[in-house]
Amino acid sequence: MNFLFYVISGISLGSIYAIIALGYTMVYGIAKMLNFAHGDVIMVGAYISFCATSYWGMSPFMSVIVSMLVCTVLGVVIERLAYRPLRQATSLAVLITAIGVSYLLENLALLIWTSNPKVFTSIVGTGSVKLFGGQMSITTVTLVTIAVCVAIMIGLTLFTSKTKMGKAMRAVSEDKGAAQLMGINVDTTISVTFAIGSGLAAVAGVLLCSAYPTLTPMTGFMPGIKAFTAAVFGGIGSVPGAMIGGILLGIIEIFGKAYISTQLSDAIVFAVLIIVLLVKPTGLLGKPINEKV
Amino acid sequence: MKKERLSSAPKKPMTKSARDTVTCYGIVIVAYIVISILLNGGHVNSSMKGLLIPICAYIVMALSLNLTVGILGELSLGHAGFMSVGAFSGVVAAMSLKGAIASTPLLLAVSMLIAAGCAAIAGFLVGIPVLRLNGDYLAIVTLAFGEIIKNLINCLYVGHDADGLHFAFLKTSDALGLADGGKVIINGPMGVSGIPKLSTFTAGFILILITLFIILNLVHSRQGRAIMAIRDNRIAAESVGINVTQYKLMAFVTSAALAGASGALYAMNFTTVVSSKFNFFTSIIVLVYVVLGGLGNMWGTIISATLLTLLPELLRKFGDYRMLIYALVLIIVMVVSNNANFKAFFTRLFSKEKSADVPSADADTKGGAANE
Repeated sequence: MNFLFYVISGISLGSIYAIIALGYTMVYGIAKMLNFAHGDVIMVGAYISFCATSYWGMSPFMSVIVSMLVCTVLGVVIERLAYRPLRQATSLAVLITAIGVSYLLENLALLIWTSNPKVFTSIVGTGSVKLFGGQMSITTVTLVTIAVCVAIMIGLTLFTSKTKMGKAMRAVSEDKGAAQLMGINVDTTISVTFAIGSGLAAVAGVLLCSAYPTLTPMTGFMPGIKAFTAAVFGGIGSVPGAMIGGILLGIIEIFGKAYISTQLSDAIVFAVLIIVLLVKPTGLLGKPINEKV
Repeated sequence: MKKERLSSAPKKPMTKSARDTVTCYGIVIVAYIVISILLNGGHVNSSMKGLLIPICAYIVMALSLNLTVGILGELSLGHAGFMSVGAFSGVVAAMSLKGAIASTPLLLAVSMLIAAGCAAIAGFLVGIPVLRLNGDYLAIVTLAFGEIIKNLINCLYVGHDADGLHFAFLKTSDALGLADGGKVIINGPMGVSGIPKLSTFTAGFILILITLFIILNLVHSRQGRAIMAIRDNRIAAESVGINVTQYKLMAFVTSAALAGASGALYAMNFTTVVSSKFNFFTSIIVLVYVVLGGLGNMWGTIISATLLTLLPELLRKFGDYRMLIYALVLIIVMVVSNNANFKAFFTRLFSKEKSADVPSADADTKGGAANE
């Protein structure tokens, strides 16, 4: 029974990682950059939702919508101001800029909301579902998280395979130059990618803080790194890879905490990542890189 | 470009690499003399004084990371892990040998050597699997190792008594089974406290000089050229008979050892050190120094490490806004320095200055090639 409980909590935590990892992996697939500020967009999303419910008296559902809107705009603005001028620059220069943006967001949050942790009220209440005649109780947040993750997964798959913009995104990620020649506006496509990624980050932030209610300006940091790891784990650039990577990472983390050691759970997660990468150097679903001589 | 490079070498009285070497040592020595004079004259306020040794440690960290990122061409996001290994092993060495070695400078030197050795072993162990990967995957694995090292040290307990060192893992300090008079050195998540303050500014200065000596000699040696050949084109280097793994490992282990020494210097400047200090942030900050200073450019790294460590202090009058400004400075510097118009402007400015003393224009083309 405990085993099943751990699996479900693992999938739930993994779903959050997966949603964040989607943002990393989509941006990497299209712009070939590691967007380190993504973790901080999560934090901003959670704060906006917190403010919307606590100070502006909005309903939880509305607060999520507002926070998604704010994060979408934020993602597009960041891309426009900080990353677009560096389109031709080396990947390291872009990486450092992303780190700069990450600092900027953290310190802005520190100024606006101070370092005192805010207690986030779960947007779906604190109820729980009893299963197997009350032997196992699963919080509503856990179930909602999994459901939202599945919905996002289906939505995103449909979006990338059916819509015009989705096809443009795939084309740009495959070959930027050729896509441009076919009349695809690369800049717009990249902006849309950032918009979607940041909007999803807001959802992830709200879900994360519903499950783990302390909210500080550093909240997004560790989940950001873990989700990045998940994206690499599944094969960076691959959308289903991010999903699988995220969920596996969540399960490994919960199992590590439950069966081995709480203190070492992060070390276990990263050790598994290293082993996977040594066996499959481009991640679980990553495309093998052909070396051209 | 290759031909130019070969033909330009004998023509000039002083090659670019020799000039760079002189610049590196020159900057460090002049800075040391100036700061020593200021210190003696009492012109340095206490907050600046407190920053001197961390600056030295960060310079060494940045130089050693530049060996991995700039010379070897592999992005490492877990360099702080080696600093951590060095810091803790150095402190353990210093605290357990305190009775045996009376002279403070000697004790510091021995601890630093042990720290460098331990970090080198860690670098070797990490390097074997890591260096099989490429690009972003290598970067994420170094990140993972950095986090693992942090986590492991967080669960480590080390004590010292008359019988020698005692180790325990994942338990409590009681599990060490220390005899009477024994002392817990590393206390798990609490880290180390009561560290003897052995580090001095002069020690930091000497460590920078040693680091520069090791790195510059490595870079200008046959091995260094092999390492740079691997960076520029791994397949081509392999095809001319360069043992890629061996040279990659050589650069990586050297870099780790130097980071370990800097960790020891850093730790012995404070009374307490916890393993969470050497987290991903620290790795990233050092990477920022390297990128802003210029990949493969040692004197640039020294200057950027110094300025960026001082910047938060210099921005203190902005109060709460200082880290915000720091972040903005970082973004603006990156955006501006990669702007095509600004680049062209600086190249023109640079070539005007150059044309005065060096008639040939190949210095610029070489500078451009090195920055790529």
